[in-house]
Amino acid sequence: MTGGRWRDRGIAALGLTVIWVLLWGSFTPLTFVGGLVIAVVVLIVFPLPAVTYSGRIHPLGTLRFAGRFVLDMVVASFQVVALAFRFGHVPRSAIVAVTLRAPSDLGLTMTAEALSLVPGSLIVDVDRRKGVLYVHVLGVESPAEADKFKEDVLELERRIVRAFGSPAERRAIEEVPA
Amino acid sequence: MSAVLDVTAWVCLVIGGLLSLSAGVALMRFPDLLSRMHAATKPQVLGLLLVLIGCALRLRDAVDITTLLLVAVFSMATAPVAAHMIGRAAYRAGQARSDLLVVDDLAGADDKR
Repeated sequence: MTGGRWRDRGIAALGLTVIWVLLWGSFTPLTFVGGLVIAVVVLIVFPLPAVTYSGRIHPLGTLRFAGRFVLDMVVASFQVVALAFRFGHVPRSAIVAVTLRAPSDLGLTMTAEALSLVPGSLIVDVDRRKGVLYVHVLGVESPAEADKFKEDVLELERRIVRAFGSPAERRAIEEVPA
Repeated sequence: MSAVLDVTAWVCLVIGGLLSLSAGVALMRFPDLLSRMHAATKPQVLGLLLVLIGCALRLRDAVDITTLLLVAVFSMATAPVAAHMIGRAAYRAGQARSDLLVVDDLAGADDKR
């Protein structure tokens, strides 16, 4: 338990150091050590809440997720643009509740973030205990389309779990048919 | 090589600019607050990324590119949070126009805390 805590802190310190070095724009011993010192001070002054991450990153799954994410974002951006320029048409929308199958804190957050970055879907509310995302979807004309969207979200969750999930999450995803 | 990079940068900047313009148009045209949030946060994300890529291709300097990378990462990390907070507040304040919603699963949800 404490070992994981220290690992998390190490990763956080390293991440902050990388940001510091990127801000300076050059990798020199001075920027690196300076960044490390500031990262440690920041983590001592503002301790982070413990994030339980039991999964591991799967390169192939991550690549697939990232590729599909970029594609979704481009396609959906142009759909919103098309809606914006369809004069004389009021776009209708829907608020859809999607129950995730493997709702860990991190999985829920990542799914919500990915959904929010793709145009046309917006998280209105989250039920953390039940693992439900309430998503506002733009350009939905019928309940059938809303159901279709629900399946898309579950597909997205599946890709995220395949990329970053823990073995238990993977089992939960594979067992229940979509 | 330099010419190819310049043309790519040009294309990225123009498309990014047009996407931002479309976000502005959508902001004016969409009927209610939640729909407008889509316009305000989303085409702008891709538009911003394209503008940043265009700038990176044009500047070709490590110091500038690392800063642009940070801008991209932080805007992608924070935009959903901002959108969620405003969307949630708007829904609770009754600003969502229910006549425009085909389905509203949140209306019956007991857990509104």
